[in-house]
Amino acid sequence: MFEAMDALLLARIQFAFTVSFHIVFPAFTIGLASWLAVLEWRWLRTGKPVYAEVYRMWVKIFAVTFGMGVVSGVVLSFQFGTNWSVFADRGGNVLGPLLGYEVLTAFFLEASFLGIMLFGWNRVSRRMHFAATVIVALGTLVSAFWILAANSWMQTPAGFRVGPDGLLHPTSWVEAVFNPSFPYRFVHMVTAAYLTTAFTVAGIGAWYLFRGRHVPHARVMFGMAMIMAVFVAPLQLVFGDLHGLNTLAHQPVKVSAMEGLWETQRGAPLVLFGWPDEAREETRFSLEIPKLSSLILTHDWNGEVKGLKAWPRDERPPVAWVFWTFRLMVGLGLLMIATGAAAAVLYFRRRLFDSRAFQLWCMALTPAGFLAVLAGWFVTEVGRQPWIVYGVLRTAQSASPVTAAPIAVSLAAFLVVYTFVFGAGSYYILHLIGKGPQALEEPTYGDHGIEKPPLVTGAA
Amino acid sequence: MFSLEHLVDLPLVWYGLILVAVLLYIVLDGFDLGVGILFPFAPSEECRNRMMNSIAPFWDGNETWLILGGGGLFAAFPLAYAILMPALYVPVIAMLLGLIFRGVAFEFRFKAPPGKRGLWDHAFHFGSLAAAFMQGTIIGAVVQGIPVEGRSFAGGAFDWLNGYSVMTGVALVFGYALLGATWTVMKTEGLTQAWARNAAVYALGWVAVFLAIVSVSMPFINPDIRALWWTIPNLFYLAPIPTASLVLILLIARDLRSSQREVRPFLCAIGVFLTAYLGLGISLYPYAVPYEVSFRQAAAAGPSQSLLLVGTVVLLPIVLAYTAYCYHVFRGKASHESGY
Repeated sequence: MFEAMDALLLARIQFAFTVSFHIVFPAFTIGLASWLAVLEWRWLRTGKPVYAEVYRMWVKIFAVTFGMGVVSGVVLSFQFGTNWSVFADRGGNVLGPLLGYEVLTAFFLEASFLGIMLFGWNRVSRRMHFAATVIVALGTLVSAFWILAANSWMQTPAGFRVGPDGLLHPTSWVEAVFNPSFPYRFVHMVTAAYLTTAFTVAGIGAWYLFRGRHVPHARVMFGMAMIMAVFVAPLQLVFGDLHGLNTLAHQPVKVSAMEGLWETQRGAPLVLFGWPDEAREETRFSLEIPKLSSLILTHDWNGEVKGLKAWPRDERPPVAWVFWTFRLMVGLGLLMIATGAAAAVLYFRRRLFDSRAFQLWCMALTPAGFLAVLAGWFVTEVGRQPWIVYGVLRTAQSASPVTAAPIAVSLAAFLVVYTFVFGAGSYYILHLIGKGPQALEEPTYGDHGIEKPPLVTGAA
Repeated sequence: MFSLEHLVDLPLVWYGLILVAVLLYIVLDGFDLGVGILFPFAPSEECRNRMMNSIAPFWDGNETWLILGGGGLFAAFPLAYAILMPALYVPVIAMLLGLIFRGVAFEFRFKAPPGKRGLWDHAFHFGSLAAAFMQGTIIGAVVQGIPVEGRSFAGGAFDWLNGYSVMTGVALVFGYALLGATWTVMKTEGLTQAWARNAAVYALGWVAVFLAIVSVSMPFINPDIRALWWTIPNLFYLAPIPTASLVLILLIARDLRSSQREVRPFLCAIGVFLTAYLGLGISLYPYAVPYEVSFRQAAAAGPSQSLLLVGTVVLLPIVLAYTAYCYHVFRGKASHESGY
């Protein structure tokens, strides 16, 4: 029994580690692919080389990031089986086809046209190259559609029945795919990915502006990113609020943990900060705003909000994790909105590209999107515990019959390999950023760093 | 609930589809893993650059077939997936780590300054080697059978490791090396091609030896396989498979000595893989988990298999079409060394 507990904990840590590492890459490439498509479109429309030069710098960063996303993603498609085989067996009838569709509709599309996007600059027409960029961008969105449908189904399962054999059987695909939390999670995540990219691009553009390097290119990067900060960051607050209300309807215990509320009450306060103590069943040292939680969650000053004590202990998630990561996510989101507001003010004062303080501020916020995405996923995934499929299958009952030793060793291997490989990847990305956009003069095959064009023999 | 189970034999169709996806993976990623296996033995840095360029646009698409194989198994035969993955925990994770190293090497190698590529050359080579070897041991472990109790794997973490699985691991390394060498013959010329021809001859010899060992040993592993192959009249019906292997191997050996033949050795090497795969498939039919769970027992519910089948019938031809388009865009040879 003790052995089994250890193996379970190790398997959970391993999955949390590999999936957290993975989500960083798609969070960036979803937004980057769409932005690259916009850049290439601007280039084709205006003919200004600055757009192509910015494109070529960022497509290299895209390639490195996408490569790391692919290899860390392949791992996940096998881990459902290696570490969570009972879950795979019992949930496979519903989840299997969704993941199968992701491979068929998205992965092949991305992988195939990525080759043309990276290496095809001199081999296909400009229109075909643009088409390849658009297809890759669409592929990332389609991929997000299916994987978020699968994840949302685990959060708010629908369209299935539990068979006499304990296996889950689909009863309606429309209900399973468009389960109650899916539309909200999809919009929230795609918007988050766009903001992640925008703030990364903004930070790097700001750094070039600050140093007075690549100024025409930096203005394109910084200006386009600030459009996102002004218009999309506030929208994300609305989407996040709708997603939260949806969670309240379908997973209320998660919301109670996010709020750090233990007692069911009318006119519940909003706990700004505090220390949720699971043993004492209270949030200690809390700083509260009276009645605000009721207003946010029920849109009524005296609405009733359920506390964690309304559920037995073995149906509550780890409260502190959910409580703190939620605050981190919301805090970063508010900083992004403030950035957008500041950008709007500076724009009307015609100082958007000149304020050095604002450039420093944007450089500091470069990783904000990544941290917010990770924090948000911790809120929703830890908040789903102790369930793997909410209300249907417990995480503790889902693990593979594998002993602790191989899981521990493989976890250590993942830690070492990911740190090394993705550390190197980050180093090369920083190197590409340091090098900056290059003039287009020589039409080399070198948009991918290959020194010279391989000559095509036998073709015209 | 929408289901095609009364119209078509869904488990059989899916058994076939998964086998085809795995075969496509073995052949497609096989040649680019093979290039990685041969990589450090190439005569010059220019040769290595050309070899890497010849597969850089394709490796990602090729590896997607592995995800389709794994994801398809999960979708169509969740029980088989849930038993095989824990049973093969160690080699699967080791394979994935190998694939990580060789996958990122494509990007990192060209981002590193020319003098500092050695690290990623090694990552590419050893990653490819480890992935190929682990895939071979997985095949060797699976053909020896997987112990099952109820709906779970009932063995130890290192049951997969023994002399036989190590042998099949080495065999697949040489098999992929043959695919990689004949691919390089097709996609390069001059010095690189001449070297690749020699490498292919070397790999071919070992492939012939290992194919013979596997062919002779398989019937001793399981009495059903013995009964299948070594009885009259089955022997006559099945004899064309090893015969075809032999003819193809001889054809490759001859073509490699003729400078006129650049494409046929690669196609014939694919043919050798096809015959070996066919022989293995016939031996293991109808098991999804040898020799415990048949594909019918492991099949997902009718509606699940139906939904994905509709998508596959529509999308797989499209996937194959644009994959072919990409190979067409990057047709022709990577440049000769004298171009530099």
